[in-house]
Amino acid sequence: MTATLTIGLARASLETKLFFRQRDAVIFTFSFPIILLVLFGSIFEGDLEGTGITVAQLYSAGLIGAGVMGVAFQNLAIGIAIDRDDGTLKRLAGTPMPRAAYFVGKLVSSLVLSAIEVALLLAVAVLLFDLELPTDVTRWATLVWVLTLGLAGAALLGIAVSSLPRNAKSAAAVVSMPYVLLQFISGVYIPFTELPSWLNDVAALFPLKWMCQGLRSVFLGDAGAALELTGSYELPKVALVLGLWLVGGLVLCLATFRWTNRGES
Amino acid sequence: MTTTIHVRGLTKRYGEVQAVGGLDLDIHTGEVFAILGPNGAGKSTTVEILEGYRKRDAGEVSVLGVDPGQATTAWRARVGIVLQTANDAAELTVRETVRHFARYYPDSKDPDEVIDKVGLSEKAGARIRQLSGGQRRRVDVALGIVGRPELLFLDEPTTGFDPEARRQFWDLIRSLSAEGTTIVLTTHYLDEAEALADRVAVIAKGRIVAEGTPGTLGGRATASARVTWADGHAETDTPTALVRTLADKYDGEIPGLQVVRPSLEDIYLDLIGDAQ
Repeated sequence: MTATLTIGLARASLETKLFFRQRDAVIFTFSFPIILLVLFGSIFEGDLEGTGITVAQLYSAGLIGAGVMGVAFQNLAIGIAIDRDDGTLKRLAGTPMPRAAYFVGKLVSSLVLSAIEVALLLAVAVLLFDLELPTDVTRWATLVWVLTLGLAGAALLGIAVSSLPRNAKSAAAVVSMPYVLLQFISGVYIPFTELPSWLNDVAALFPLKWMCQGLRSVFLGDAGAALELTGSYELPKVALVLGLWLVGGLVLCLATFRWTNRGES
Repeated sequence: MTTTIHVRGLTKRYGEVQAVGGLDLDIHTGEVFAILGPNGAGKSTTVEILEGYRKRDAGEVSVLGVDPGQATTAWRARVGIVLQTANDAAELTVRETVRHFARYYPDSKDPDEVIDKVGLSEKAGARIRQLSGGQRRRVDVALGIVGRPELLFLDEPTTGFDPEARRQFWDLIRSLSAEGTTIVLTTHYLDEAEALADRVAVIAKGRIVAEGTPGTLGGRATASARVTWADGHAETDTPTALVRTLADKYDGEIPGLQVVRPSLEDIYLDLIGDAQ
């Protein structure tokens, strides 16, 4: 167990180092949600139904969720598909490295990258769009647990999805589609009040909608609760669904993970 | 003589295709053993089963006293594997990569010594992406030996090397062998097998069709020799006698004299041809 953890942390530092050495990937992964935030925040001005909440603030909350999912789900899933294709996984499987250490490394490095992403998005939202940072401890605590649970769920989903693409070349296409779709139906870009109810039901099955809802509770405050479909942020339900994804994602990973490309075992 | 690898009746099918059909193999401790065979003969499948990467359908397999189908972490620490295709960790430096892999093993060698041994000291600080193909393979070997393995698998290690790089690589393999490491080598190059291997096995159609030292494989040592000289040629089992007769006839130097035994390649092609 200790070996898994120490080697896992060594892998996390290696993975993070590798990520930052691919400068193009760094720039695109981090800047994508920031550019969208600046774009949407500049296009849609004004308040929402007299609540005193601006559209930019709403997008800030949504894009923090999408940004975390971009790192923990998209970046992770594509990264693993590449590891499977270029021989990283096969080489590791031939060493005495505890196999769980690979996942510890991926999760911890996703956590580090997500933390950077959230900090950048918060800085932009506060500086440009008057997003107010929470002032009480409860809200900060909510932010931490929503992000941690959401990130873990998204990462496990990413690990499971990484087994879908046949090889690294198709990985970006295969992984990006569910990510983009989820953003559209989970209230990141389009207000969920404008979606048909069956689409909202579909979105409710996946973690992104709940992560964004939890984030809105942190950044939009009590005034924003009226904008929710149920008139409440439903935090216990947020915790429940994200927690279920954690368990379900873990089971899915264990059942589907492959250490080689399809047809090679 | 102790046995490092013991295989009896190894069988593996992929759907309709019989990749390995009842293969027997013994590899002794401390020897360099080369496995030859055309693509699709079952060579890679066999080696990957020995490495613990693939499950077998039937047969008895023991590698370092353990069934690789039930590979444990402790067993993995005793086995080094140099894969055929790996392009990973391109943005890490040689030293970072070897140091990192050293952490996986309970009794690893000093990473800098390993880098020196594979001849990459000058490139230790370079990113792997910047290395030539031959240097890249040396990193693979460094990662394969950093855990002090008792048994090292090398899968077509010199494909794409220039002649000088191959000679240097051979020296590296010889020095590993001199330290007592058992080495299993698959290769397409018959001169490589001849230069390195104590024993050679030829696999065709999922079976071993011949096994022996490079010099005696497939009856090579006893095969008839072809003697050629300026005015004629002959196939004979007693080339020395013929040369003596010719020497008397010409009373000294025999013009254009050549005595040729079949090369390992001739023997190999015969064996493969017979099996098809």
